[in-house]
Amino acid sequence: MSSTFVGMPAFPTAAREALSDTQLRRNLAHATGTIRAKRAEVVGEVDDWEELRLAGAAIKDNVLRNLDEHLLRLEESLTARGATVHWARDAAEACEIVASIARQHGADEVMKVKSMATQEIGLNEALQDAGVTAWETDLAELIVQLGDDLPSHILVPAIHRNRAEIREIFRDRMGAVGRPAPEDLSDRPADLAGAARLHLREKFLRAKVAVSGANFAVADSGTLVVVESEGNGRMCLTLPEVLVSVVGIEKIVPTWSDLDVFLQLLPRSSTGERMNPYTSTWSGSTEGQEAHVVLLDNGRTRALADEVGRQALRCIRCSACLNVCPVYERTGGHAYGSVYPGPIGAILNPLLRGTGVDDQIDSLPYASSLCGACFEACPVRIDIPEVLVHLRSRVVDAHRSSPKPEAAAMKSASWVLADAKRLSLAERGMGLAGRVLNRWGRRVMPGGRRALSSLPWPGSLWSTARDVPAPPTESFRSWWRREGRR
Amino acid sequence: MSAREEILGRVRSALASADRTEAPVPRGYRSAQPDGDVVELFAERLVDYRAELTRCTEDEVPSVLASAVRDASPVLVPDGFPWEVPGGAADTGQSAAELDRVGAVVTLAAVAIATTGTIVLDHGPGQGRRAVSLVPDRHVCVLRAEQIVPGVPQAVAALSPDRPQTWISGPSATSDIELSRVEGVHGPRTLHVLLVTSGATR
Repeated sequence: MSSTFVGMPAFPTAAREALSDTQLRRNLAHATGTIRAKRAEVVGEVDDWEELRLAGAAIKDNVLRNLDEHLLRLEESLTARGATVHWARDAAEACEIVASIARQHGADEVMKVKSMATQEIGLNEALQDAGVTAWETDLAELIVQLGDDLPSHILVPAIHRNRAEIREIFRDRMGAVGRPAPEDLSDRPADLAGAARLHLREKFLRAKVAVSGANFAVADSGTLVVVESEGNGRMCLTLPEVLVSVVGIEKIVPTWSDLDVFLQLLPRSSTGERMNPYTSTWSGSTEGQEAHVVLLDNGRTRALADEVGRQALRCIRCSACLNVCPVYERTGGHAYGSVYPGPIGAILNPLLRGTGVDDQIDSLPYASSLCGACFEACPVRIDIPEVLVHLRSRVVDAHRSSPKPEAAAMKSASWVLADAKRLSLAERGMGLAGRVLNRWGRRVMPGGRRALSSLPWPGSLWSTARDVPAPPTESFRSWWRREGRR
Repeated sequence: MSAREEILGRVRSALASADRTEAPVPRGYRSAQPDGDVVELFAERLVDYRAELTRCTEDEVPSVLASAVRDASPVLVPDGFPWEVPGGAADTGQSAAELDRVGAVVTLAAVAIATTGTIVLDHGPGQGRRAVSLVPDRHVCVLRAEQIVPGVPQAVAALSPDRPQTWISGPSATSDIELSRVEGVHGPRTLHVLLVTSGATR
């Protein structure tokens, strides 16, 4: 898997397929509705929430503006505290670094903490090719991995599965890769979580190498932060002898004290909790563990170069924008064809990968009604609608060579509208058409205006689902000449 | 060119025409105070996240500890933990597999946060290395009321990044199955906080 799923159709096709799956729509509506309500409640408890959003945005912007200096500072702090820093230009380079560390330690398996960066680079598949098995340890990731499935939500990757489906996956698949699920496994969430605890514990206890991401990387102290719920993160970060953390170069915050903003914004926006059950912080090699940090570009510098789009690099992967999005709520994450779905995915994928290179990616900026709910929910104030509109213009620019009927119509309209004489001539023609069509139009619209219910082809493509109002018999300008000067 | 040089070069060219002056960061949130008593707020929020809470005085700690660890045996007691615990065993660097056979662990904490019901371990004296408060299924933490700070900003300010930290808010939990919250996944399934208040009354 790369950051986009190979062979995915463009968004409209994939969305249509998703919309026809009623089970999926029920699961999604329940899940997004539940998180939305929890988030709203805990955000409402914080009086200075808007100030925290402003602070979060400002801190991240300041990092991006001087990202080169912050990266060097982070490298220096990590190195001084005994970690080994690696740099990876792209996914392949990052995967090779992780695989070679596993090989050096003779490991044929690694334990993984849920991490968007490692999904983006397709680490599991790359390690498999190198003869190393990567075990996902987050419950939802485990469900996705055992089900040979794709993640559909940043925070709850198995949001599209219900309890009965999860029980089937556990019963059918756990035995092949380790401790099998109990024979009499029920579909109660507590029992399913218990089965995952038993299945993964033997793997945690024998693990030599773990791979994590990081929610934040503090430049001046070399501290990495992992925010989680289940304790699988702590298991991976604490027990193995070797820890490799793959960190996007935009994950930096300048100082330790800046975490006081993000450790308030992230849990409340993400899971809708005042605080997530576990947060781990460590600076370099800790308790004798060998620590590696891979600083990952993989398109982030491309996004940074986009003046409007660079704000997307503030993203702290909370997924609040997914849960409030009317499009995501109906189509789910798979339709976006990427590990980054929803509104943030609709801008992040084109920014990381570029526009005009892949039709699937070019379709994403259109997967939105521009309602603006995502901007309002975003804890770091990414103006997603603004970036969507900007990316649409970039997509249009990239495809400019083939003129479309709509573009031709717009072009002739602009020729007419640019000149008063041409416009007045056109208006007279429209007035004439209006008088004729007003007599023909069968339908009457609210307000008494006549309308046509069908047009000849190609206008029929428009009129099959819509009425076409008859043009007015007189233009405003001609009315004004006649009446307005009295 | 090395990957390092190339990435730094890409960053610099991406920012070639950008304004590099830093924007001011609003910090008014740092002086905000929660309403009411922070100890009461902490107690309420801790229980809200399904941790067990017992309030006691200094003198009562040994007996409350004994009942909090139940019949667990052995009970891991980190270096620097100030009380005797029945069935207590010292941390001798047990392996993860050995810790898996430990019934409970007792620790102190570095600081606690009222608004979120969080206890923070910085794994100093009496708190043990990170694995000992992770692998055993029952974690009993002794916290003094004066260690409770109002909010996240005060906790971050009181802690040093030089020490590894574990922020704990309730027992381990997941909401990955239909968003219904289940307590107890990989971390300790029971978190029991003994809140020590000075004076004789509760």
